[in-house]
Amino acid sequence: MPTRTLLLDDRAIGRALARMASEIVERCGGTDDLVLIGIQRRGVELAERLKQLIDRAEGARVPVGKMDITLYRDDLQVVGPRPVVGETSLPNLDGKTVVIVDDVLYTGRTVRAALDECADFGRPRRILLCVLIDRGGRELPIRADIVGATVNTVDSDRVDVLVRELDGRDAVELVRSG
Amino acid sequence: MTALGKDLIGLEYLSAEQIELILDTAEPFKEVSERPIKKVPALRGKTIVNLFFEASTRTRISFEFAEKRLSADTVNVAAQGSSVQKGETLVDTARNLEAMRIDMVVIRHQSSGAAQFLAQRIRSNVINAGDGKHEHPTQGLLDLLTLRDRFGRIRGLKVAIVGDVLHSRVARSNIWGLLKLGAEVAVCGPATLLPRKIEELGVTVLPRVEDAIQWADALNVLRLQLERMQAGFIPSLREYNRVFGVTTERLARAPKDLVILHPGPMNRGVEIDSDVADGPHSVILPQVTNGVAVRMAVLYLLAGGSPDWAQAAGRGEER
Repeated sequence: MPTRTLLLDDRAIGRALARMASEIVERCGGTDDLVLIGIQRRGVELAERLKQLIDRAEGARVPVGKMDITLYRDDLQVVGPRPVVGETSLPNLDGKTVVIVDDVLYTGRTVRAALDECADFGRPRRILLCVLIDRGGRELPIRADIVGATVNTVDSDRVDVLVRELDGRDAVELVRSG
Repeated sequence: MTALGKDLIGLEYLSAEQIELILDTAEPFKEVSERPIKKVPALRGKTIVNLFFEASTRTRISFEFAEKRLSADTVNVAAQGSSVQKGETLVDTARNLEAMRIDMVVIRHQSSGAAQFLAQRIRSNVINAGDGKHEHPTQGLLDLLTLRDRFGRIRGLKVAIVGDVLHSRVARSNIWGLLKLGAEVAVCGPATLLPRKIEELGVTVLPRVEDAIQWADALNVLRLQLERMQAGFIPSLREYNRVFGVTTERLARAPKDLVILHPGPMNRGVEIDSDVADGPHSVILPQVTNGVAVRMAVLYLLAGGSPDWAQAAGRGEER
């Protein structure tokens, strides 16, 4: 039986996001030329929430885009096509400071694909990576700039990020097969 | 389980779920063609041969765009100027191509069943781009996608297929696809150009084009295949236009605005008037745009290939 352990509840996620939002603004030196990109699926919701937090704190209107990296993955042969490819819609990226937002950072392959896809849409001045959970286990030389929480995991674990908009509640759970 | 399997031979052999999977997968591919760089790396390193034994502009170019926008490497082989002219058989041609390590073959052939025949004899994925009078599945799919864009659904739509149904693989693919997704289908044309017992497929026969216009939500106007008209199927092109042409005057008497489809190439002034083809209810150019997206979806889904991908794709979200 797999066991589920609650890592972050809704209030902990709220606090993490608030801190991440101010860290984004701090590291980017303001909101000028700032663009947030959420990676399908859960990254899209997280990016939208970070945008709202930043907009409220800074009185700004930060553009936010969404990106599906399915077609840039390197494992089509291994896992086959995903059932449905999500929407990609991006604002202008040329010369911008782009913050890629995802729920979980694991092997780094998703981020590698996202960087490739960004390059096909424009030439950002700078790209930062912002994730709610860093679970370790990198297979590529990639690191996050802004992290909500770090979790030690083994390969067989699963980290589920649940968001209100899609799952009805906010939570981060560790699923350990046992 | 909605994987497509190795080949795409016809819509007759697909389930409603498989057809819907292709249409849903085509949606995000529409956007790829609107990007500044119209290319994604999904099929990088795949080699695709477009084997065209029959003349084709739209379908061949559409497949080629779809392949290139997925970053596949493509080779075009036309029957003219190849060793087919020296008498090489279809299977030998394909096996020789396979010996050069290709991954997919897109085939257009004048004989019904050619795609199936090839699919059973080579390991590469085979995609039917039109075989004789049998099927033209990607045309059927792009027609379905265009109708779904316009009406938001296929179920319950009334679609009349007008013209040379007898010679038309487009008609057959449309009939299978539309019926599987729950549309009502009628065919309309001169008795000489309707296959006998076509009703057994589950379609209604409407003898007069006026009846089709009264009944339908959308008309799919078929090309009169002039190259096949030597056998006296119709008295003359003018006569055909007078009795079966989709004209502004006839459409003016329709109870509602009909959506007009045509698979191309059009014979303006024969099966369809220019005013209708260029009119506000024509979706003939959106059909062409959707053709690229639908073909990208088919290539992408077939390239994934491995039979257990559905389960594999269900593995956790984080990677």
